[in-house]
Amino acid sequence: MSDTVFEPKIIGFLCNWCSYRAADLAGTARIKYPPNIRILRVMCSGRVDPTFVLNAFARGADGVMLAGCHPGECHYIDQNYKAMRRYAMLKQMLSQMGLEEDRLRLVWASAAEGQQLAEAIEKLVADVRRLGPLNWPKCWEENGRRLEALQNIAREHAEAMEVPQ
Amino acid sequence: MSSPAKPKLALYWAASCGGCEIAVLAVNEKILDVAAAFDIVFWPVALDAKVRDVEKMPDGGIDVCLFNGGIRTSEQEYMARLMRAKSKVLVAFGSCAHEGCIPGLANLNNREEVFNTVYQEGSATLPENPKDLRPQPETRVAEGTLHLPVFYDTLKTLDQTVEVDYYLPGCPPEAEKILSAVTAIIEGKLPPKGSVIGLNTTVCDECPRKRSEKKIKKFYRTWQLIPDEETCLLEQGLLCCGIATRAGCGALCPQVNSPCIGCHGANNGVVDYGARMMSALASVIDSQDPVEINRIIKEGIPDPVGSFYRFSLAASQLRRKKKPSAVSS
Repeated sequence: MSDTVFEPKIIGFLCNWCSYRAADLAGTARIKYPPNIRILRVMCSGRVDPTFVLNAFARGADGVMLAGCHPGECHYIDQNYKAMRRYAMLKQMLSQMGLEEDRLRLVWASAAEGQQLAEAIEKLVADVRRLGPLNWPKCWEENGRRLEALQNIAREHAEAMEVPQ
Repeated sequence: MSSPAKPKLALYWAASCGGCEIAVLAVNEKILDVAAAFDIVFWPVALDAKVRDVEKMPDGGIDVCLFNGGIRTSEQEYMARLMRAKSKVLVAFGSCAHEGCIPGLANLNNREEVFNTVYQEGSATLPENPKDLRPQPETRVAEGTLHLPVFYDTLKTLDQTVEVDYYLPGCPPEAEKILSAVTAIIEGKLPPKGSVIGLNTTVCDECPRKRSEKKIKKFYRTWQLIPDEETCLLEQGLLCCGIATRAGCGALCPQVNSPCIGCHGANNGVVDYGARMMSALASVIDSQDPVEINRIIKEGIPDPVGSFYRFSLAASQLRRKKKPSAVSS
């Protein structure tokens, strides 16, 4: 491990109508939140396919936040309930995959709740910081003996082929 | 038997059950047509040809190689690389080579855990192992050092190991699909490189069951109910994967009252099979209460990874269970 402080990389999927505006409000109101979150604006929390979340983790994100309008207040009537159910599915699947619960979070934030969103971001960053880096692609690496073993096979075959019949 | 004009065909298997090899033979007497059209140069299951025969061939000396099985050991990786180098067209043949299939579910464990199950707790494979013997990649004997293949922590698909030209889906691929793919190769009627040779639609499109609006309050496991034979199985609460699965089988399982388990893998345009399943199922659960939603999922889908990634865990975006970062040997 290096001596540098771990700065979590968080991907945030924020809905256009409530949560993204909450982030905007936080900005105009000079409310501070950690710069660790990279916000992606989606039209609705119901637009967030589980593929996006898995893709974020598979490509090195340490945490993911999903944010949408409060239940019952969705701009698209009830699509945030879809987000709620996908989140529940993802949570149960990801816990089986060994992912810590605190790395994925769903929050509701209305356009007026800049303060609440900033606090939720702060909390998620703190929780992920405590968990440490995720670095999922490292899970796919085999140890150094893999290449050695491959070379051994090639060498032994070459030697075996030299044996006179 | 071999005339110089005949294209050379090879078949090889890695981490698989052997079902794909049987599927090749299930083309019945048509195998004679295949044998007449191709010079089969390497097929360990059926022919006495040696790896060294392949090693002696020039690169690209084989026209088509049907490679089934995932990559679990160093020996399989070596063979994948060898067959890639020697073949003009390398086909990931069947679900294991394509998406990892059932052997890929071992990606919920690592090598140590797999070995514990097989050599320590496993009663079927090895009834007694009081000395807790494990396969060693290296053994020194008087004559020198002997090597066994290294067993990997993570099963990889063929295209995570070497470049693949085509994919033939299915567990196993249906005999007629194999024949039409092989015929297409003979006639030079191949789709663009990197294609899955198959239909571009879902199992639902081939399923004759009646479909209406789906609203699910409870998921059932197959042993918990005898489904009505005409209504969509998913609407009856069975976890039918037809909605996300590539067609081509003719909806075999739903036609015998059994839900689709997804062996043909993801349809074109689907990045992550399990994510597609989760997305679709989340849309049909009939509840807006987080507590109830959690209960419906927990009770009805006790094994989400096994249900959504039964055939495709190794090919999914996450590929395996999280490894503790300290574990490295």
